[in-house]
Amino acid sequence: MENVEKRNQFWAFLITGVLILISFLYYSANVYYIYLIVYIWFGYAYGMMLQYGRFCFASASRDLFAAGVPRMAVGIMIALIFFSVVEAILETSHLSTFHPAPFGIHMLFSGVIFGVGMVLSGGCASGSLYKVGEGNMTSLIAVIFGLCLGQAAFVDIGGVFNNFMPQSWVDKAMQTQAAIASASGVHIPITSWFDHYLVGYVWNQPQFTIAKLMSGGNPTGIHFFIGNAFINAILPAILLLCVIYYFYSRKIFIKKKKKALKKQGLPETTGLKDEFEGMWAMITASSRTSIMGVLVGLTAGLHILTMAAMQKKFGVTNFGTLLKRMGHFEDVSLKGTVFDPGYWYITSQEGQLGAWIFEKFGWNMHDNMFFGYVNGLPELWRNPALWMSLGIVFGAMVMARLQNEFKFKVPSPELLMWGFSGGLLMGMGSRPSLGCNIGAFFIRAAGGDPNGWVYGIGMVFGAFLGVKFFNWFTERKMAKEMESF
Amino acid sequence: MAMKFEKTGDGTYELDVCGYVCPHPQIYTKKSLEKIQEGDVLSVIFDNPSSKETILQMIDQGGHELLEDKTEGGKMYLKIEKA
Repeated sequence: MENVEKRNQFWAFLITGVLILISFLYYSANVYYIYLIVYIWFGYAYGMMLQYGRFCFASASRDLFAAGVPRMAVGIMIALIFFSVVEAILETSHLSTFHPAPFGIHMLFSGVIFGVGMVLSGGCASGSLYKVGEGNMTSLIAVIFGLCLGQAAFVDIGGVFNNFMPQSWVDKAMQTQAAIASASGVHIPITSWFDHYLVGYVWNQPQFTIAKLMSGGNPTGIHFFIGNAFINAILPAILLLCVIYYFYSRKIFIKKKKKALKKQGLPETTGLKDEFEGMWAMITASSRTSIMGVLVGLTAGLHILTMAAMQKKFGVTNFGTLLKRMGHFEDVSLKGTVFDPGYWYITSQEGQLGAWIFEKFGWNMHDNMFFGYVNGLPELWRNPALWMSLGIVFGAMVMARLQNEFKFKVPSPELLMWGFSGGLLMGMGSRPSLGCNIGAFFIRAAGGDPNGWVYGIGMVFGAFLGVKFFNWFTERKMAKEMESF
Repeated sequence: MAMKFEKTGDGTYELDVCGYVCPHPQIYTKKSLEKIQEGDVLSVIFDNPSSKETILQMIDQGGHELLEDKTEGGKMYLKIEKA
């Protein structure tokens, strides 16, 4: 046992050492790579926290519906509350990189597809990454085939799929293409179904935060705190905590409380004080998840601050500008940018990895809007957000090793099927919304963008459907096992 | 590697979900607890660390008693008496 512990510690130090070495190599190559190094280490921190807290958004709704366990749903609400306050402070100080997304019903549909996928695959987008770090190869299947390759193919497929696009989207996309060409001389590539959807529909949807709505367009500190943090994040989070407590924790808590009162010979009556006590008991039931909720929320805020500082230091708003200064013009999109969210994000960079792989096999991935015009397709080692995802995997691996929980698990054909199908649905469910459980829900809900909740509602409903299917499947297997009883 | 749910004696059952990842261990544990009688003992063996936190809270929520909780050789063993 001691040998196993020592070997795990060795691996933890080795992985961390290699990441430190990589960071030094980047820094020595060019000071601009500090930008990329920041992503690596925030990814590493997220990975450690996610693994330690078993922090998975799939678990939040799945375990609630399937097992009646509120642990993770509570953890996420706590993270959201803390992150929203930090985000409001940063917005007030003009040190935030957050931007709202186009608002619309597409967020709901996208969330439903993602929700089903995360239940089937056994982890959300961020959860799958930390589970890869634990040695879970089912999650690797979901990441590689669903979030990477599936997502890249999803945004590039055209041909017959373009026939399903509403004519109004096609017309609007063509008008926008002509307008951009006349204004900047750039001919934007509109070839796939997603290009038509993005340019013809998504770009025409309103983008706003509650702070902007409240202030009429010029928000100040009070609007960020009251509108974005309190109305869009804290209030809904507290209401959800109350609902979760009422339906999932209250009954057993009050039962235990009355039992204890009876034992002491006291009258079995409970009041408001007991309800608060019950809420607190629910929040602290899984201390490691709740503590990590606080830390994840604070770290996500610190990440935004650090990225904003990097951007100010180098006088840029996107890493693509730095790549061009270093002469890597082939990495950036037609408008000179790469995917550089400026905060915690998961899926877009994995789509870039998928596209990078496809290009090695001769599939042109530059001829669409997603990679060609918006996000670029940098070499893997110059892709800042992809390093954040790798950081999550390695951070989780280090934490799993330190806790002697790392185990390399090759999936059975059954798990392979779950990972593949769930991963594909997650890939498909994260693109129309331009984000996943982190980028579309967590970041936006905390940043004052109501889109986050629209996606969140879809995600929870999708998880409900996924759980229904899962229950049916597992019930059949249990019945088979019990035949011999 | 396959899920195994066996009756090991009078009022004792064993659920082996080693090799399975989320959400399988917690869902099979939940279903096994539903299938057995009050006072029966269920032994659960699994090797997915992420599932443990959920299973422990499920035991608490259900008012069941945790008789044993140990980890050996990367496998987790829980013995639960159904309430």
